[in-house]
Amino acid sequence: MKQFIAFVNKEFRHIFRDRRTMLIILGIPVVQILLFGFAINTEVKDLHVALYAPSPNSFINGVTERLYQSEYFTYRAELDDPIKMEESMRKGKLDMMVLFDSKGEAVQLIINSSDPNRGSIAATYATAIIAGYQQELAGMRKMPFQIEVENRMIYNPEMKSAYMFVPGIMGLVLMLICTMMTSVSIVREKERGTMEVLLASPLKQGTMVFAKTVPYLAISLVNFASILLLSYYVLKVPIQGSLWTLTLISILYIFLSLAFGLLISTLMRNQINAVIISAILVMLPGLLLSGMIFPIENMPQILQWLSHIVPARWYIDIVRKVMIQGLGWAVIWRETTILVGMSLLLVGSSILNIKSRLE
Amino acid sequence: MGSVIEVKELTKRFGNFTAVDRISFDVKEGEIFGFLGANGAGKTTAIQMLCGISKPSGGTGRVAGYDINKESERIKRNIGYMSQRFSLYEDLRVWENIRLFGGIYGLPEKMIAEKTNELLERLDFESERNTMVKSLPLGWKQKLAFSVAIFHEPKIVFLDEPTGGVDPAMRRQFWEMIYDAAERGITVFVTTHYMDEAEYCDRVSIMVDGRIDALDTPKELRRIHNAASMDEVFTRLARQAKRVE
Amino acid sequence: MIVVENLHKTYSTGLGKKGKKGKGKGDGNHYGNGDGDVKALNGVTFRVNKGEIHGIIGPDGAGKSTLFRILTSLLLPDEGPSKATVAGYDTVKDFRQIRQIIGYMPGRFSLYQDLTVEENLNFFATLFNTTVKENYHVIKDIYGQIEPFKDRRAGALSGGMKQKLALSCALVHRPTVLFLDEPTTGVDPVSRQEFWEILDKLSEQGITILVSTAYMDEANRCTRISLMQGGRFMATDTPKGITESYDELLWSVEGERMPALLAELRVHPSVKTAFAFGDNHHVTVREGISVDALREHLTGKGFNKVRITPIEPTVEDAFMKASMEVLNGNE
Repeated sequence: MKQFIAFVNKEFRHIFRDRRTMLIILGIPVVQILLFGFAINTEVKDLHVALYAPSPNSFINGVTERLYQSEYFTYRAELDDPIKMEESMRKGKLDMMVLFDSKGEAVQLIINSSDPNRGSIAATYATAIIAGYQQELAGMRKMPFQIEVENRMIYNPEMKSAYMFVPGIMGLVLMLICTMMTSVSIVREKERGTMEVLLASPLKQGTMVFAKTVPYLAISLVNFASILLLSYYVLKVPIQGSLWTLTLISILYIFLSLAFGLLISTLMRNQINAVIISAILVMLPGLLLSGMIFPIENMPQILQWLSHIVPARWYIDIVRKVMIQGLGWAVIWRETTILVGMSLLLVGSSILNIKSRLE
Repeated sequence: MGSVIEVKELTKRFGNFTAVDRISFDVKEGEIFGFLGANGAGKTTAIQMLCGISKPSGGTGRVAGYDINKESERIKRNIGYMSQRFSLYEDLRVWENIRLFGGIYGLPEKMIAEKTNELLERLDFESERNTMVKSLPLGWKQKLAFSVAIFHEPKIVFLDEPTGGVDPAMRRQFWEMIYDAAERGITVFVTTHYMDEAEYCDRVSIMVDGRIDALDTPKELRRIHNAASMDEVFTRLARQAKRVE
Repeated sequence: MIVVENLHKTYSTGLGKKGKKGKGKGDGNHYGNGDGDVKALNGVTFRVNKGEIHGIIGPDGAGKSTLFRILTSLLLPDEGPSKATVAGYDTVKDFRQIRQIIGYMPGRFSLYQDLTVEENLNFFATLFNTTVKENYHVIKDIYGQIEPFKDRRAGALSGGMKQKLALSCALVHRPTVLFLDEPTTGVDPVSRQEFWEILDKLSEQGITILVSTAYMDEANRCTRISLMQGGRFMATDTPKGITESYDELLWSVEGERMPALLAELRVHPSVKTAFAFGDNHHVTVREGISVDALREHLTGKGFNKVRITPIEPTVEDAFMKASMEVLNGNE
């Protein structure tokens, strides 16, 4: 036990004395949250639109009025001329052209899709507005019955993207730091030659690796707290479900990431390799296959299968359910079981891989 | 004969610690100059200033004809350097290393090719042309590293503990290469912890606490200090060190 | 205390083999035999008694570090009819016991540079389930010299001080056997002498020491030495025994124009070998030539004031002779 404590102390000293790394570790989550919260905004507003109608009529006026009123669109009346329109669209100053035919009966939407996300949202909004207006007109003609469509957004009524990425960042940052830092810190002992002295001492290999994980567990809890506080107070993302459940699941996830770091460290010989491998194995799947940015349902089948082995996918899923939707154990037990299973697998294989000799 | 190194009152301070304390000396053309001192006496810092890697805090000097305060880039082009720690790229082949260093010093392609053949022949190394440097024995590596360091025919070559860990026979072969180079007019500036090697130098300086405490031929130094060997001279001087690093 | 019989170690350079990087760090200087395998140890046999200082003398790449790593249980030797025990414990089977009783100082500085002197020492004491206080008497001589700097980070120490700290850390649990792999490499002659004085004291306390070095002059400070080259022990004996079994006629030749003199000596038909040895040349000669005859010959070639004296060989002479015999035997 004394050995264990001495080792943990030593690890904390390494971390605290390396100010730069310390700053990076604690700064990454803060920067990420603020970056995603303010700089990178997936909400689309202020779409510039212009309209061309060779022979105006009441229908066209109605559409124009509604586009003008919509909060999503900025109507650029001064551009209502095909040549000007084309020119400003080419310059990227216009997002959408609404073109009516000479009779004023058919309408064409020309959309600038250089940003596909923005483009498709513009199309959806415009189509909805035009369709809505048509329905309105139809209603006035006294249809025998009318289907009224009423949308209600639940869980994220304001459609804030923060609801989407906060769980994602938690999944990414926690794993990245735990995995990278543990693997680097063990590999560093190999690289600096201190591993040789440790091996030639009575210290058990297991004691060493577990002592290595303690400081990173602590730091990750700090990160977890700072992410939650920032998203709650700065980005106003509520925590709907149980904080305890969330914490417990996060500890499980941190543990899994530490085990993954250990496994990498048993396989690598120098710090650069350890960093690169952890970054590739965590960052890429974490960003692409976890559902943080791209919905898993829209992926090709093979990538969907692949996403099953990405721990972040399950963790992000749980966090969304607990934090955003306020759901409990009843709906997250499956994901939790998967995470537990993955952790056991990783811990087991890293223990099997720990060597008591240099080879 | 002119001087290849002339320094006056050369000083290097780090904060309030004076690593090199007003050293002055000359090294003549074609001379083998031994630069001795205990660990921490300031040798490495002094060499870094002479090679143009580190800027002096005070003093003046010229190396290979260039001002060490103002023309460090020119100095670097006109010297050779080799140390025990870094000499060659381990993961390149023998010829690749030679070509690389020839290229770094701007030698024309054709000249590199000719000189490479000549060098490999002289070292009796032709069979190893395509060998990875990391699989060469240390002694061979050091011989090759030395040849590469003087490949561009510098006026002076700095050797920082070139023979550490090398076996006795190889160590002597290495010194014979040093003699050959000196014969060809290349000045050799060498540090070593082997005191028998100090005897092979034309002149030897011994640094203690950042200063040069002795500078003469090995024979004279032995006579002045009434010592049987350079080992004794060195021990006597180094024991006077007061600096606690 | 140490018994080694017929020890072999082969590194595969890993070309398509299991994907493992089997090559020990820092041991990359062995010359390959072409098929990708490198023989680092080739049948090493020796024995060290309690309280002895046994020196392994050889250049880098001779296989010293591999031998140390096998004896400290960090590497497995090749399988076969070999034996390697430390204090009666087998280096393969009883590695846990061995790790309780040995102190090991690897060739590379292997302490935590970002921890202070005192923190390093305390850490290693705890690692061995002891305290600095308990064994202070063992390390007093050496640690006392660096104790004034106990709050300084190890990375900021000078070479000599680092080496003293490393020795203190290897000693803090009062090991039965101490393994020092090239402790004096890159260290100046004065610090080296101090270091050997400390080793003498430790051996007086009954600690067995296995030490390797590339400096031949340190051989005389050992109880017994083994001359090592190319993974083999060329000889094992007391330093005196080694030099006494040197059976060549050895002369020292001094004069002016030493490099030219050496070249002249080499072409003389009665001279077998001629090597520079500091301020004189060591020359082995064939039977039948006299000191006077050689001097006359040299004077005739224009070398004045030549002094020739028969001398006793040093360990370095013996090493060079032995390694040349191995070389010639191989070809």
